[in-house]
Amino acid sequence: MFKVKVVVRRRSSILDPYGKAVEQGAKLLGIKNVRSVRINKEIDFLVQTDDEELAQKEVIELCGKLLANPIMEDYEFKLERTDDN
Amino acid sequence: MTIKFGVVVFPGSNCDHDAYYALRKVLGYDVTFLWHKESDLQDCDALILPGGFSYGDYLRPGAIAKLSPIMNSVVSFANKGGVVVGICNGFQVLLESGLLPGILLRNDHLRFVCRDVFITPLNRNSIFTSEISSSPLQVPIAHGDGNYFADEETLKSLQDNNQIVFQYSSPEGIIAQEFNPNGSCLNIAGIQNKEGNVLGMMPHPERASDPALSKTDGAVVFKSIYHNLINRL
Repeated sequence: MFKVKVVVRRRSSILDPYGKAVEQGAKLLGIKNVRSVRINKEIDFLVQTDDEELAQKEVIELCGKLLANPIMEDYEFKLERTDDN
Repeated sequence: MTIKFGVVVFPGSNCDHDAYYALRKVLGYDVTFLWHKESDLQDCDALILPGGFSYGDYLRPGAIAKLSPIMNSVVSFANKGGVVVGICNGFQVLLESGLLPGILLRNDHLRFVCRDVFITPLNRNSIFTSEISSSPLQVPIAHGDGNYFADEETLKSLQDNNQIVFQYSSPEGIIAQEFNPNGSCLNIAGIQNKEGNVLGMMPHPERASDPALSKTDGAVVFKSIYHNLINRL
């Protein structure tokens, strides 16, 4: 079994309105030096197989077809073998 | 022979009944609902993907709806030349499913916007605009993610192939940034595919079809489809 953590990020060329809103909030709090806030998505799940190659393949397919839209987002992921259920 | 419309219903669709009402009660066309778990298109001649918040907009608007069983049938119907219109959330589903290029981002001003806008048809020869006699059309928008985005190459290809169907404009038809309600590239309000049989648009023509509501500019989109399909019979 593998524990998987996927991070989906908007491309840096694409405006992140959530990040902008947080930056605005920081200003309102009087925190002056916060810049370039980006809100990303972190998705955790398990892949139930002992075959690392198969696990990688399934994660890449899920990321490319559902979790991220390649027009505006990039993704990266980490696989970690685990015995936990 | 008559023309039959199908309105796809996803969990979270909320303009499905508006579209059904406009087509059947206002325009008198044959129309049926198509549940997203079905794959039978019931011999419909034109399909409407309605507005709403399919699957709660989880992940991204339209990202999960594109995986509904009915979408396999919608995609193969469209690829065979079948007429498909996505309105608002339906437009987002068409983009996510790859039937149209680009993506809809969060509105540049970050607010949900719900008001009437004016849209000018750039392409008057489309099967979706051929019956338009006077423009611009006054139709409502209601969305948080309507900011059309595509890379330069895609935008150029949309222009070169006459795929930009509607642009946000002034009441006089002037296309300028100040009449752009959401930050869309090139003031895009609606585009079609290269083949011209799939339309996606953010404004809601179904909400401006009933004379009882005193606004009827939107009905011409459905009338155009109807007349073009009747002429093919």
